[in-house]
Amino acid sequence: MGFEELSHTADWSARIWAEDLPSLFVEAARAMNSLSGTVAGNGPRLTQSFGAEAPDAESLLVAFLSELLYFQEQKDLTFDKFELRVAGQWLKVEMEGTQIASSEKAIKAVTYHNLRIEKTNEGFEVTIVFDV
Amino acid sequence: MNIENLIQISETEWEIPTYTRSDMRVPVKLFATREMLEQVINDKCLDQAINATTLPGLVGHVIVMPDMHQGYGFPIGGVAATEYPHGVISSGAIGYDINCGVRLLGSSIDFESARGEMDHLATLLNKYCPSGVGKEGAIKLNLKELDQVLRDGSRWALKNGYATEADLARTEESGSLEGADPNKVSDRAKERGREQIGSVGAGNHFIEVDVVDQIFNEEGANVMGVYQGCLVLQIHCGSRGLGHQVCTDYVQSFQNAVHKYDITLPDRELVCAPMDSPEGKAYMAAMRAAANFAFANRQLLAHSARRAFEETFAPQTRKWHLHQVYDIAHNMGKLETHLIAGKEVKVCVHRKGATRAFGPGSPGLPPEYQKIGQPVIIPGSMGTASWVLVGTEDSMTRSFGSSCHGAGRVMSRSQAKKEVEGHSLRRELENKGIKVRAGSLPGLAEEAPSAYKDVDMVVETVSDAGIAKKVARLKPVAVIKG
Repeated sequence: MGFEELSHTADWSARIWAEDLPSLFVEAARAMNSLSGTVAGNGPRLTQSFGAEAPDAESLLVAFLSELLYFQEQKDLTFDKFELRVAGQWLKVEMEGTQIASSEKAIKAVTYHNLRIEKTNEGFEVTIVFDV
Repeated sequence: MNIENLIQISETEWEIPTYTRSDMRVPVKLFATREMLEQVINDKCLDQAINATTLPGLVGHVIVMPDMHQGYGFPIGGVAATEYPHGVISSGAIGYDINCGVRLLGSSIDFESARGEMDHLATLLNKYCPSGVGKEGAIKLNLKELDQVLRDGSRWALKNGYATEADLARTEESGSLEGADPNKVSDRAKERGREQIGSVGAGNHFIEVDVVDQIFNEEGANVMGVYQGCLVLQIHCGSRGLGHQVCTDYVQSFQNAVHKYDITLPDRELVCAPMDSPEGKAYMAAMRAAANFAFANRQLLAHSARRAFEETFAPQTRKWHLHQVYDIAHNMGKLETHLIAGKEVKVCVHRKGATRAFGPGSPGLPPEYQKIGQPVIIPGSMGTASWVLVGTEDSMTRSFGSSCHGAGRVMSRSQAKKEVEGHSLRRELENKGIKVRAGSLPGLAEEAPSAYKDVDMVVETVSDAGIAKKVARLKPVAVIKG
């Protein structure tokens, strides 16, 4: 399980890999936080639920990360603990997080650019381009 | 892609023919010198331009400007026209920052006599024009007011005392696109927009004070009120979280629309729907609403910038006023009529990192610009020049009335982070006499001038190609970035 930043002229791109689909989603959330330099504060912990229905796993991933962006921008919240279930066209997430202490840069959106979740020998892999 | 596979039309014009890939519907026309193409040949923008040629209903060419670089889906610097009403509109080909654009305000304030005030001015601009990650704007709207902004754009700002009639006359579409429907904008998009109006945002957005360094076209500059040695102000930003959410919503819903309309695309970010379909109509109405939000956003920022100029200069001079030169979009889909193969055709021109550049006599320009053509504002990259150009008759027939939009990146953000350190860059800019106010130093480093192409070369290329004409070159003296 891990991620690496890839070179992109205008935006940010990250390759993410994990042993199963839920872990891939969680690692993608970690990658996004790392790229935007988001640091969690020491305030009270809070929980949030999220569910989505979409035609495929890629769309569920975009929906999940877009939801996190919304909380980051609009509510100043970042999440670092997830219980996540992906089943066919459904995603259900219970997440735990806290107020953001600081954030260095803004991500405008999660794109579908060449977005393909690939099955590998070790599990799953995806490359995501974020609009900044 | 190899340069040898391109057809060279002239020193500044190239073509990627349709036989390059079997799914291309139209050729690609590139405005660039050989040297500029060599800079981007390993970047994926040419592949992205070829991908864009697969959109149903395209006419003419997909056009790419010399500031081209890799984006997501559609290349930055790209222009594509689809025939109305059966051709498609693509949310991904317009982008997340709907109506990202630039406003230029001119003044009669002589830089030499104002030099000592620049630090104070930069501080006030930074105070009154909020910038940075998720920053709240100058005012907070209730939902009824927000719907009015989405419907009316800058007209809302005029009614509420944030604009003048002259501002609106010198704004693309008078700052208000017809056919905007707030009901097609999601509640979440509205929630994100309600508190952000009147703010710059982060990334490559900025407010910049420049001095007019050189005039190339006296008549054009005089008509615009751009005077040698005097201060001007640029505002570069867009529709903030509201526009990002509108695009996110419709890129998501178009994933189903492409199946419904049996559209096959090489990249899911290019998703689209026929303009006359319910999905296409809904996106068009929402995109126009987001565009109106962006026009009003830049108008509010202009209002705040005027306050900073008044407080700085009014005690010393009566000539402190900032007048509007022009406000243009560079991420937008617009219904326009163009001459294609000798026939007038109504099309939706998608511009992504490309500026409308209408020539003299074009519809929609204010009377004073009918003779000289539409002002085209080309922001540089903090430490380098910016330019004021005008559109030409040639741009109308060769590039769907479009030109470049900036310098264009040449270095990746990850590379810029490795090569540039925020503190050093700020010092370097300050040593050049540029006052800098930056919310995020890592963010500043990613936007370093060395990460961008030579803006002078980009402008020379569009000028040599004949799709825009030089009016004035600007030099930065204060930069405010999020």
